[in-house]
Amino acid sequence: MLPELGNFALVLALCLAIAQSVLPLIGASTGNEPLMRTGRSLAVGQFVFLVFSYFALTWAFVVSDFSVEYVARNSNLALPMQYKITAVWGGHEGSLLMWVTILAAWGVAVAAFSKALPREMLARVMGVLGMVSVGFLAFTVLTSNPFNRLLRVPADGADLNPLLQDPGMIVHPPLLYMGYVGMSVVFAFAIAALISGRLDAAWARWSRPWTTVAWCFMTLGIGVGSWWAYYELGWGGWWFWDPVENASFMPWLVATALIHSLAVTEKRGGFKVWTLMLAILAFALTILGAFIVRSGVITSVHSFAADPDRGIFLLGMLAVTLLGALLLYALRAPRVGFGGGFGWYSRESLLLGNNVLLAVACAAVFVGTFYPLALDAFGLGKISVGPPYFDSVFLPLMIPLLFLVGIAPQVAWKLADPVETARQLRWAFLAALAISVVWPLTMGLWKPLTALGLGLAAWILLTAALDIRNRMMRRRSQGIGSMVRSLRPSFFGMHLAHAGLAIVVVAISMVNSYEVDRDVRLGPGETASAGGFEFTLMGVEPVRGPNYDADQATIIVTRNEAHVAVLTPQRRYYDSQPENPMLQASLNRRPTRDVYVSLGERLEGEAWLVRLHYKPYMFWMWTGGLLMAFGGFLAAADRRYRLARDRAFITEEGLAPPKRPVGREVLE
Amino acid sequence: MKLRRVLLPLVAVLAILGLFYVGLGMDARELPSPLVGKPAPAFELESFFDPEVTITEADFIGEVALVNVWASWCVTCLREKPLLMELARQGITIHSFNYRDTRADAMRYLSRDNNPYTTIAFDPDGDAGLEWGVYATPETYVLDARGMIRYKRIGPLNAKILEEEVLPLIARLEAEKP
Repeated sequence: MLPELGNFALVLALCLAIAQSVLPLIGASTGNEPLMRTGRSLAVGQFVFLVFSYFALTWAFVVSDFSVEYVARNSNLALPMQYKITAVWGGHEGSLLMWVTILAAWGVAVAAFSKALPREMLARVMGVLGMVSVGFLAFTVLTSNPFNRLLRVPADGADLNPLLQDPGMIVHPPLLYMGYVGMSVVFAFAIAALISGRLDAAWARWSRPWTTVAWCFMTLGIGVGSWWAYYELGWGGWWFWDPVENASFMPWLVATALIHSLAVTEKRGGFKVWTLMLAILAFALTILGAFIVRSGVITSVHSFAADPDRGIFLLGMLAVTLLGALLLYALRAPRVGFGGGFGWYSRESLLLGNNVLLAVACAAVFVGTFYPLALDAFGLGKISVGPPYFDSVFLPLMIPLLFLVGIAPQVAWKLADPVETARQLRWAFLAALAISVVWPLTMGLWKPLTALGLGLAAWILLTAALDIRNRMMRRRSQGIGSMVRSLRPSFFGMHLAHAGLAIVVVAISMVNSYEVDRDVRLGPGETASAGGFEFTLMGVEPVRGPNYDADQATIIVTRNEAHVAVLTPQRRYYDSQPENPMLQASLNRRPTRDVYVSLGERLEGEAWLVRLHYKPYMFWMWTGGLLMAFGGFLAAADRRYRLARDRAFITEEGLAPPKRPVGREVLE
Repeated sequence: MKLRRVLLPLVAVLAILGLFYVGLGMDARELPSPLVGKPAPAFELESFFDPEVTITEADFIGEVALVNVWASWCVTCLREKPLLMELARQGITIHSFNYRDTRADAMRYLSRDNNPYTTIAFDPDGDAGLEWGVYATPETYVLDARGMIRYKRIGPLNAKILEEEVLPLIARLEAEKP
């Protein structure tokens, strides 16, 4: 009964979404206030129904109701409870339900936090969000209903894909969906601005925290995905340029560009049209991501079961979004205006550089991902584009970008003097240079690319520290409290996020140059070495987990005869698919290196194939990613944005500034 | 002028959407292998170990053999390698293309855990890969003694495929060898 109620709630949510996509917009164009206000309550209603629906599906998993087809395919009786709950989003249908639920949650958040938005603007934003909801809800109900029943109820379910039975997998999809879905809010703001033809600093100030928060979630989602792949897939790789990774990376790149372009729009009124275009593209890329993953158009480890109907539907959504948004853009963008001018050397010009580089990077990823498909479509053969392409295209784009990260925050808006920048930053530059020479030597071998990467990372960190110090020193006379207060969250958050990026760059530079992977044959008592560590296999014994058998090796790791760790990698044979063993790697993590062992096949006798990894600075990769997201959250939490909301004047016309005489008027 | 500004993005968007539409109709997993049953395609490449030596399809022909396409950047190849080592130990000849790779990287790849390959043709630009219809690494072909392609597998070999398909086929081909 509960699944039917869940289904019913899902359909009701769709009905509310349809109303939400029409009524507020009519209200906004006719100036009908009650209609405008419906947006908010419809969003709340939608959210309530979807939460209920989501709960109904979760319950079906908890009680193992295998009459629900989706449950039967993605769970079984032996599955541990925490994975039963997370299996809700382990397959296509359930993950879509989660997607629409999160979308509704964002809608409620917008309704709740944007009380000070002009009514027309809020109504339009809610209307556009309603349309996005209609798209995804209709997709769920029509092609991917998670509540479909089975006529013949199986005694036990299949299983959740063993790869997904892992803590990393529990958090990866929700975080990523939070980010993806957040892009719809950004998109809604952009479309609302296009409809009204008004785009000013206030609009940018409202959009900024939403964009930043969505970006943070996307950063976390991608980071956790990479972390999960790193230890769970047992290859020691953390990024594979897989089409689906690219699908999440492309909107991230565009969103990163958008954050920076929004800064220009808010502070200087510049880049207006470009900002809108980026917002549209970021959202379109999230739909494209869904299309790639869920249509089967490209094969990848991430692909859900392919179904051409779903592909057609998502393609239709993509077409409507792109054509609709671009048509609106073509009609309205000239009215929005291009914004003020700026000198050839100014913060605007440097941020323009940032935007161009990020956009080109995204285009390069796009080409690499779809080039094989295009060739195939024209009958020119099937090819695959591997990491060599992406590495060789990406590196030359990232070097100037990272260099700019160090400069742009120090440079004044509108017009600046490069000589002045050079004077300010010369010591930071020399110090970064020195670090790039010395740091790689600690790894025993100096490599130019590593030196370049470490130098750029040091450059970002040093210039950030310099900027923070300068700002505090300006308030030196006013005491320490004032000095600390001068570090506004938006300012400090920006530098934290940049520092996070620098730390990720350190990790990439180090691990790409100095990692050691060795496949060795080890019998009991035998020792092999990798990366300066010795690995001794003590033995391999069978162990039993909740729903799998495993061979577990005990490997003692030493360095120069000093004990380092005991590692216990497993080779798991899940009851549901024992012929497809899963590698459970075992890691010993330290700040500047991971030692990592996974257990391969059994060779003759008691000997095993063991894979030894030495991964320098991997810890920095995850720390850097967290720092980036944390910096973003901090920046988004700046009171500046909230004050702006409180101060915003609500007028019938929309975003008009408060109509107050600027000077004193002489009255008769 | 104004029209062109609108038209250009429109055409681009329509082209991309059209591409995806066509892509939907194709099944990326279903890979027709027109080469099965045909002679090994001709090629001419440097030997991996010695740039002075030229390797052609003739070097692959003469006995029942596997032809494996690999690259050092291909993680799946690395996972497949132990299986190839095992096959080599059993005395099965494995020729190979080192595909879109550099000698230095590939050398490191080989030195990690020995070299299962009898012959390695160095194909840095994927030239021979094109002739052989390489779709994605790793790929494995089975050649009979006369140099006919008898089987093609895209993606890594595994124990199941070996036992059910590849090894029986090799045994059969050995038996029908003149």
